[in-house]
Amino acid sequence: MIIGIDMGGTNIDGVAVHEGQIVRQIKRPVDRSDYFHSIWNCIKNLLWGVKKEDIERIQLSTTVSTNAIVENRISKVGVILQRGPGLKWQFDNLDENVADVSGSVDHRGIPISRENAAEISKIREDFLRNRVDTVAVVGKFSTRNPDFEKRAAEYLRDDFQEITMGHTISGKLNFPRRVQTSYLNAAVHSTFKTFAENIEEALKREGISAPVYILKADGGTINLEGAKAKPVETILSGPAASLMGMTALLNKDETDRCLLDIGGTTTDLFFLADGVPVFEPSGIEIGGHKTFVRAIYSTSVGLGGDSYVRIEKGKLKIGPERKDHAIAFGGKYLTPTDALVYLGDMKAEYAHESAFALENMAKKINAYPEEFAEMIINKFCKSIRETIENTLEKINASPVYTIKELLADRTIKPQSVGVIGGPAKALSKYLERELKMPVEYPENHEIANAIGAALARPTVEINLLADTDREILSVPETGVYEKIDKYYDLKKAKERALNEVKFAGETMGISSDILETEIVEASSFNMVKGYRADKNIRVKAQIKPGLAAYKKGER
Amino acid sequence: MKAKNKLGLILFPAFDWAISPTHPEREERLLYTQDQLLEEGIEDIEGIHFFNPLIATKKDIDRVHFCYPSTEKLLTESHLIAAGGVMRAFDAVFGKETDKSFALVRPPGHHAQRVVYGDRGFCIINIEAVGLAYARQKYGDIRVAVVDTDCHHGDGTEDIYWNDPDTLYISFHQDGRTLYPGTGSIEELGGPSAYGYNVNIPLPPNTGDEGFQYVLENTVLPILEDYKPDIIINSAGQDNHYTDPLTNMNFSAQGYANLNSRLNPDIAVLEGGYSIQGALPYVNTGIILAMAGLDYSGVVEPDYHLGKWKQSGRVTEQVKRISEEVLNAWQHKEIIGRKLFESKSSVKRNRQIYYDTAGILETQVQEFRPCPDCPGVDSIISKNDRGASLFGITIPRKACPACQKKGYDLFEQAKGLNVKKRFLQDLKRDEFFSE
Ligand SMILES: [Zn+2]
Ligand SMILES: [Zn+2]
Ligand SMILES: [Zn+2]
Repeated sequence: MIIGIDMGGTNIDGVAVHEGQIVRQIKRPVDRSDYFHSIWNCIKNLLWGVKKEDIERIQLSTTVSTNAIVENRISKVGVILQRGPGLKWQFDNLDENVADVSGSVDHRGIPISRENAAEISKIREDFLRNRVDTVAVVGKFSTRNPDFEKRAAEYLRDDFQEITMGHTISGKLNFPRRVQTSYLNAAVHSTFKTFAENIEEALKREGISAPVYILKADGGTINLEGAKAKPVETILSGPAASLMGMTALLNKDETDRCLLDIGGTTTDLFFLADGVPVFEPSGIEIGGHKTFVRAIYSTSVGLGGDSYVRIEKGKLKIGPERKDHAIAFGGKYLTPTDALVYLGDMKAEYAHESAFALENMAKKINAYPEEFAEMIINKFCKSIRETIENTLEKINASPVYTIKELLADRTIKPQSVGVIGGPAKALSKYLERELKMPVEYPENHEIANAIGAALARPTVEINLLADTDREILSVPETGVYEKIDKYYDLKKAKERALNEVKFAGETMGISSDILETEIVEASSFNMVKGYRADKNIRVKAQIKPGLAAYKKGER
Repeated sequence: MKAKNKLGLILFPAFDWAISPTHPEREERLLYTQDQLLEEGIEDIEGIHFFNPLIATKKDIDRVHFCYPSTEKLLTESHLIAAGGVMRAFDAVFGKETDKSFALVRPPGHHAQRVVYGDRGFCIINIEAVGLAYARQKYGDIRVAVVDTDCHHGDGTEDIYWNDPDTLYISFHQDGRTLYPGTGSIEELGGPSAYGYNVNIPLPPNTGDEGFQYVLENTVLPILEDYKPDIIINSAGQDNHYTDPLTNMNFSAQGYANLNSRLNPDIAVLEGGYSIQGALPYVNTGIILAMAGLDYSGVVEPDYHLGKWKQSGRVTEQVKRISEEVLNAWQHKEIIGRKLFESKSSVKRNRQIYYDTAGILETQVQEFRPCPDCPGVDSIISKNDRGASLFGITIPRKACPACQKKGYDLFEQAKGLNVKKRFLQDLKRDEFFSE
């Protein structure tokens, strides 16, 4: 049995999935002063009467780290930067404890000059005096050569709760993002650790040995041990839970699709390319920090089932604010949901009151009520269409770097749409008409997020670089920096990359028979120096993102 | 970080194309530049936007070149994309998406002349010229100054705009007596309708930051002030750098960024530059920051030492003298031009062109036909040592009706000529014929 928990802003949803079917579900309000107990109560309820050895794993989408950042309940972080020459980023959104050291590394990872020891010892004293809890040390091009970060971390290890080294965060290049992500990691480290330890203790007390996984923003999971080391990976997993849940509930489809999650206030949009979620190009942003954290691309538009409908200067306006429920469900203001009720597409408790309000507003612009109700729905659907088109234009403009890719013109062209949310079913025929595509709406939408959390699988991405001139192989994500010979080639590099991914997956407890690895990008460049030609080899590999088995419909 | 000028970047390293595996123009060329730009976080600067290149069509190429045996046979997709990258740079600025744009594309183009039999100096088509011709067709008349800061003389660009008064070409380069392609002397001043609008500044080997700055302040900026172009294009070749393996100059990343900042171009296009680890990552970063109006003072090569690259007093003196001579020619261009061309109805120019990459030798005669009402029709008769020959006619965009008609008449008459191929470029109607 798999337990999936989704902690949202106000509620926690949980499901128990057994042999691909939902066997239990639960909803509880979040106690914002005690996330651990909110979650633990849910888990206990779901596991009531279940044999301990039948529990396969427990998977959580939590807002513990996200809320710590957004609400600024974070550790006091000291940041040590080796910027070297180049752009002068200010980093003024970090703590006041930001210190610079001298020295630099170039784009190949060749050290140009070193920091001096006196600088670090002075910084240590300052940080201790300022009661810094955790530290982030980050160098420019540290993924290519992490020596500075390692030296500094070694020196400071005993004095602070956590030292986050920039090169361990991601193998990608982008110094400012490395700084921000490392900072956030150090900032939420203690909060997340306390939460994780509470979970571990509680499970131990109950004698449950099932592993715990935490959902990430890319729709994959990370095991609890990994999340404790890299808690920043657990931020903003809500949209991922929703997308993964929708993918599970919808019919399997490996074409390009657009998915809509229509809530009360907003509608979230996601895209699938050949059935695989589209990611944010560089990483997600949180509280003004641009990070390396890989995330599912999602965008939100201020239109929902409860959006405020009114006439302004003779013109129909919908949203973006929500005032209340729909009148049809006991609210005070007219909404798109009321229009759907009027048109007979939805049943509601207060249909009479709702109809009365709609007819009154229709009079203001001399429209027949049916006509006015259709106007509301058409405007709603048209805005959704425009948002889809604008978002696609943005996504499809993302840069490519090879002739092959440019000529292939792999732009996303959705063939169908999936919708979840309260008004999904009622809206589907109008959306179909506006978008000129088939629209699918699954049942069970209210537990989509919890299902997403339950069925997500671990993901790992690594960036390998082999430089036969410097005779160095590096995989920052798995901490590999080792010597290679002159004859190292692309074939070896690809094999190694897949092995590194597999190893990382196994460390997370995925059995190797279900673990699917793949090469995302691979290239080998000739480096010509005089008569010698060395190789600069780059390989990106990952565990294929995906979902555990799920059977629709049956309960 | 927010850019003062909105900047469009067309970064297309063509990681799957090379002239040959060990040729300087190979897959690796922009690899470290891309690494540097990524690591610096350029993509996160507010106001800097990345665009993919367009893909140029045959017609886009035919606006500029007479390609033998044919456009399709000479070009690969890489060339169409490099030119398409520059076209996209023009669209970004003229479509008001951004204030400025910079095309970091390869292969380069400034050695490609009007007639093309093959690859010269790693160039087959002149990507800036293709971009500009496209922009003029799409957005109307544009008065342009092309400032070429590549270390080699841009003999292709010079040839294309030789007789075009709407395009001022200014080239900084290492003296042709010491470097490929050998041309680019001060005396090469332009055809009868654009005499003086071809400005060559041949600099002595070992010219450093100081020398480039001197020429810019004392000659180039005054000429630009005088010419008043609608836009300035910088052919931003980066082989004046002190680490470049093919040249002998001592220019630095700071020097390039400073020059770009003072020049204030609307569009920049990467040309040559083959110090792919030691120069390009820093020079490109410097140029991008300068164009975006951001602080570039932190962009310094790891091995840069000010004292080491300071130019000698002798070089400084030479630079001053050349600078004066160039300015002098600019100031007297009308008087001298009148003396040279007054009352001539035909001006001929004999040339020999060597294609170093392809190993072809071409002989050609250009004929310009000055007209009081327009720049006039011109033509080229050309043959090479491989037995190919062609005749090409160009009707300029601003041709008067009589000259336009003359162009078609010439094309008709050329049927009697013993050449393998005949071309007619009607830039006024944007129509192109070859047979
Ligand atoms: Zn030049
Ligand atoms: Zn050059
Ligand atoms: Zn005329």
